[in-house]
Amino acid sequence: MDNRSPLVEMRGITKRFPGIIANSCVDLALNRGEVLALLGENGAGKSTLMNILAGLYRPDEGEVRIEGERVFFRSPRDAAAAGIGMVHQHFMLVRKHTVFENIALGLPQSGFFLENKKLKSIIAETSDRFGLAVNPDACIQDLSVGEQQRVEILKALMQNARILILDEPTAVLTPQESEKFFLTLERLREKGCSAVFITHKLEEVLRLSNRVQVLRSGRTAGVVRTKETSQKELACLMVGKEALPVLDRETLSPGAEVLRVERLCALNDRGLKALRGVTFGIREKEILGVAGVSGNGQREMAEAIAGLRRISGGKILLSGRDVTRDSPAARRSAGLRYIPEDRLGTGLVPCLDLFDNAILGRQRDPAFGSPLIMDRAAIKRFGEELIARFDIRSSDPGSPVRLLSGGNLQKIVLGRETSGRPRLIIASSPTRGLDIGATEHIRRVLLSERAQGTAILLISEDLDEVLELSDRVAVLFEGQIAGIIEPGKVARGEIGLLMGGIAQASCK
Amino acid sequence: MRIILEKRLKAPACAGLLNFIVSLLLALIFGAVLLKAAGHAPLQAYLQMLKGAFGGGYELTETLVKTTPLIIAGLAVGLSFRVALWNIGAEGQIYLGAAAASFVALRAEAIPDFLTLPLMGLAAFAAGAVWGGIPGFLRAYLGVSEILTSLMMNYIAVFFVDYLVYGPWKDPKGYGFPLTPAFLAEAHLPAFPGVRLHFGLVIGLLLVFLVWYVMTRTRWGYELRVSGGNPRAARYGGVNLPGTILLVMALSGGIAGLAGFSEIAGIQHRLQHGFSPGYGYTAIIIAWLSSLNPLGTVLVSVLFGGLLVGSEQLQISTGLPTAFSYLLQGSLLFFILGGELFRTYQLKIVHDKTSRETGGAHDG
Repeated sequence: MDNRSPLVEMRGITKRFPGIIANSCVDLALNRGEVLALLGENGAGKSTLMNILAGLYRPDEGEVRIEGERVFFRSPRDAAAAGIGMVHQHFMLVRKHTVFENIALGLPQSGFFLENKKLKSIIAETSDRFGLAVNPDACIQDLSVGEQQRVEILKALMQNARILILDEPTAVLTPQESEKFFLTLERLREKGCSAVFITHKLEEVLRLSNRVQVLRSGRTAGVVRTKETSQKELACLMVGKEALPVLDRETLSPGAEVLRVERLCALNDRGLKALRGVTFGIREKEILGVAGVSGNGQREMAEAIAGLRRISGGKILLSGRDVTRDSPAARRSAGLRYIPEDRLGTGLVPCLDLFDNAILGRQRDPAFGSPLIMDRAAIKRFGEELIARFDIRSSDPGSPVRLLSGGNLQKIVLGRETSGRPRLIIASSPTRGLDIGATEHIRRVLLSERAQGTAILLISEDLDEVLELSDRVAVLFEGQIAGIIEPGKVARGEIGLLMGGIAQASCK
Repeated sequence: MRIILEKRLKAPACAGLLNFIVSLLLALIFGAVLLKAAGHAPLQAYLQMLKGAFGGGYELTETLVKTTPLIIAGLAVGLSFRVALWNIGAEGQIYLGAAAASFVALRAEAIPDFLTLPLMGLAAFAAGAVWGGIPGFLRAYLGVSEILTSLMMNYIAVFFVDYLVYGPWKDPKGYGFPLTPAFLAEAHLPAFPGVRLHFGLVIGLLLVFLVWYVMTRTRWGYELRVSGGNPRAARYGGVNLPGTILLVMALSGGIAGLAGFSEIAGIQHRLQHGFSPGYGYTAIIIAWLSSLNPLGTVLVSVLFGGLLVGSEQLQISTGLPTAFSYLLQGSLLFFILGGELFRTYQLKIVHDKTSRETGGAHDG
């Protein structure tokens, strides 16, 4: 073994997909015991490069070496045998199977019959050791996004990976979970494991990595030592220009109450209590942030208010009117708008084009024609207005929207939901998975909506985002509001405690 | 060098048509092999079929006669498919529509002449709508699979019609045959002079236009496309999903009922046992093959009508069973389904160093 050669070396990697070059002559080196951050905007080619290393794709050109030895991965199994484990951004889990079954599926030691007890105890031990608590008998489809991510991480760890590829691992974790995860990563590093870490979050990069490689449009924009760089330099490398200035958030005095939620109760998809008597109000020109570990009732709350989930108790008032029994359509016409967490799954129709999607939910608006003849010219005009106003990049707006990137999809939803004078916007993780440019744009739009008098319920797993944008922050814990605080008046640690249910417990 | 399947960015515009043509050729070749094995000359048989189906004015009108119920039923099934609902019950809806139309026709004496046909049509539509609406209701409000219920209801409808024509509605002067008395002339759909082709074809084409218009131009059509594309998004967008499901299934059933009306008022002029040779099932294939495009429905229906007529000719002249046409239909469907792969993927031959070295490294 040649000790001087890096643990992983990728040379001149080029990967083409129809229509785009995802990677163009990219070199990458990962040393032993090193955490390398791979930074870049959406579509910069980070995931493609790592998918090549994980054996999912084969490069069109270039070579991969591990400990100096050239390797040819034909499948993720080959890569796993070489000690490479990948945690994907889009979960690679069998939704109908349990956590245990999903983990056992990827393990070499699980034979034809799954040795339940033995494997289960190993899984329990590993999840304990790394602080990744999950119920091994739970079905994947019943887990929250955050919990599913935990299973993914656990799965890779169970395979004894010594080179861990993490595709935006903290995107769905809470600060506390992230903290734990950072510790996990450091523990792994101490043992000589190495990791490549794909992320958008500059703070994490600076905090966790030894070196940073920045990709831009499929090429390497720069490789720097973490100690010798700054947030600003990284942001510049990433976007190729000065990063956008910090948002200025004007102080506004809130107006009349728009949304009033009283003792709201609702069940989750498993039929368990997800919301246990939530009460709050939002006024005009006010953003109420909702922080909390994912899976503590956020999704149920958004869906219940939007009318997409039956509630088991409580009242919802919109501008003073009881809409508890109203259909989603009726709530819409009362001025409620909803930016759902999963854009393609709930907010858009993937097989229809941009114009059809632009009016989803507003199809009954007389501006778009009568029941018997929809005004196609008006719909087209509206779609083109959205494209222009929200800088939606689409080579052919007449093609199905499923071909668009995540950022563009979110812009369609955002543009649609903020048009037509909304009274209340429910925004669920509006910037998740988006690059800096798109994130800033979307935050700006939310703030300008606020300035125009809209009440906004901002539900996000990104605590920074919630604190930056909100006038007040409600912390949700196990279906109840653990506390409502004003950002700036409370230390972050205290919020973290509320999110973990600790402050509430001590109050009692 | 290796051959890889690569995902297409966008399906080529003509992919559907090309797939159809290639699949048709493959189905014909497949049929030719079977014909040869059965001791027939394939080319001659095909030519005879072609001549029998499209060879002259009479043949053409006969083909269109068979095409008529296929267009209407194919349209009905296709409508439900567009909304991701699987109405497999067109056959039963055809039978029940025909029975309802017969109910009116057999009382034609008591009805003003000009009202007879409209009332027959209305009754057929209503009966089909109920028969399609029941699975629709079960699906919309109780979550029961409409595939199973609509399929099983076919048998109820077919046997119910049998009960009628063997029992209470049997023609006393019919020498015991399972059929009703012939309808009065006012209950006949007008035919084109000198041929059997009748006004039902016009009804079919009007329905094609109507469905196309509703789907692409109206608000309800928009909501249908949304519901078919993503039911969650439909709910999110304020569409009353259960109501839409019920309505679409009823509409689909109603249109299929009209196919039954057109068939007995235009051709049979009475209700009889087994009057539909499985139009409702062929309609499923037609709906699928036409990619749910109304105009495509017409073209595929003509082709299938021709196949039916052509194979009837073939049976008369060579004794080859008409079942051969169903065999061709079935294999066509298989080839089309297989070809769908190439709508989203393309084959690509790549020459690259990496792959050769990969092979070398593993061999050596």
